[in-house]
Amino acid sequence: MAEETMIKMIIQRQDEPEAQPYEEEFDIPYRDNMNVISALMEIRRNPVNAKGEETTPVYWDMGCLEEVCGACSMVINGKAMQSCTALIDQLEQPVRLEPMRTFPVMRDLAVDRTQMFDSLKQVKAWVPIDGTYDLGEGQRMPESKRQWAYELSKCMTCGVCLEACPNVNDNSDFIGPAALSQVRLFNTHPTGEYHKAERMEAVLDEGGLQACGNAQNCVEACPKGIPLTTSIAALNREATLHSFKSFFGSDHHV
Amino acid sequence: MADNKEFFNRRLHSFLGVFPIGLFLMQHLVVNHFATYSPEAFNNAAHFMENLPLRILLEFALIYIPLLFHAVYGIYIAFTAKSNLKRYGYFRNWMFMLQRVTGVLTLIFVVWHVWETRLAYAIYGTEINFDLMADILSSPFMFWFYIIGVISAVFHFANGLWSFCVTWGLTVTPKSQKFVTYVTLGVFVIFTYMGIASLISFAF
Repeated sequence: MAEETMIKMIIQRQDEPEAQPYEEEFDIPYRDNMNVISALMEIRRNPVNAKGEETTPVYWDMGCLEEVCGACSMVINGKAMQSCTALIDQLEQPVRLEPMRTFPVMRDLAVDRTQMFDSLKQVKAWVPIDGTYDLGEGQRMPESKRQWAYELSKCMTCGVCLEACPNVNDNSDFIGPAALSQVRLFNTHPTGEYHKAERMEAVLDEGGLQACGNAQNCVEACPKGIPLTTSIAALNREATLHSFKSFFGSDHHV
Repeated sequence: MADNKEFFNRRLHSFLGVFPIGLFLMQHLVVNHFATYSPEAFNNAAHFMENLPLRILLEFALIYIPLLFHAVYGIYIAFTAKSNLKRYGYFRNWMFMLQRVTGVLTLIFVVWHVWETRLAYAIYGTEINFDLMADILSSPFMFWFYIIGVISAVFHFANGLWSFCVTWGLTVTPKSQKFVTYVTLGVFVIFTYMGIASLISFAF
């Protein structure tokens, strides 16, 4: 049998949340059309590092395997992306894998993205429809608006934009681009619009919209091509109007 | 928003950077530019500014207080950022970091510049004229210190003008933001030229 082609992987590992990270190298037999996850699965099947020593299998998160859940996001060769759609053939070798350190690392490549869920709760990223009686059908949405709003709804809370943002770190409370863009989405929704003022108040709270520094890495990094910086600028305009209205005027709460 | 001042502070910081600090910077560079015509032209322009009515009030309301707030809050903003240029070397990320670096450089420069001119005048009665600047800038170190200071200040203003437009929601679309990038590039080139031309006239 011909000699197997091997892929070299350097993985930053961490045994538990408080543990020191360390690097471990792996040589993985190449197969056609491999993605990073299939390489990680190969390590799980045969947990032996490049030195030939037995090791613990590398731990990572995954869900859908088709880039819609966001669970398998990690830093691959320096850039955050989903490991399911990161194809080995398109990556420079050795392939370096690291967890997204913007978030607390649970183990190896798995991180805890709870803060993103908390941010969505902070900015009220939902449409309240529960009542004591049947509220009936909602208003229709113009097709032209639905088309661009749909783009915003593609957000899978993967955390790549937060990892790319220089203002999301230990020194700042910034909630990051993902939740902000969701505010634009729900403010646009015909029923969601009823709670626009409430959402604006929430988004201007500590670590909200104003903490954006316009580095615009988020829009470059977003795997779903969501116009995050347009969302932020649109919210900025809304915040300008909102703050003037609430300072000078009345009757502006819908 | 109720108990939280961050939004207000951020917006105030952005506003003050342009009105009045940015306007003052442009006015200052225009007055300095008279130095390229002749020492007398500069002295006349400087004396005109000196003789504006309610000068002390104007200085405090339009320069010292806004500048102090902008500087102190700006340092706080600058140090909450964590550079990731190595991994994300995009144009806007560079501008983001340069905005913070030039902000700090400009502050160091402005503190020294105010000490050497305005405070020297207030404390020692040093006369502010062409000769004072010619004397200061005759030292090569100070000349280059001033060059770096002026370029930093103008860059910080021009790029700040860009983020002002985004922060206040004037430029929302990527297209408009790109357009303003070119406009602010023009502002940077014009005022850097004026600043450097003045410095050269003082020094040589």
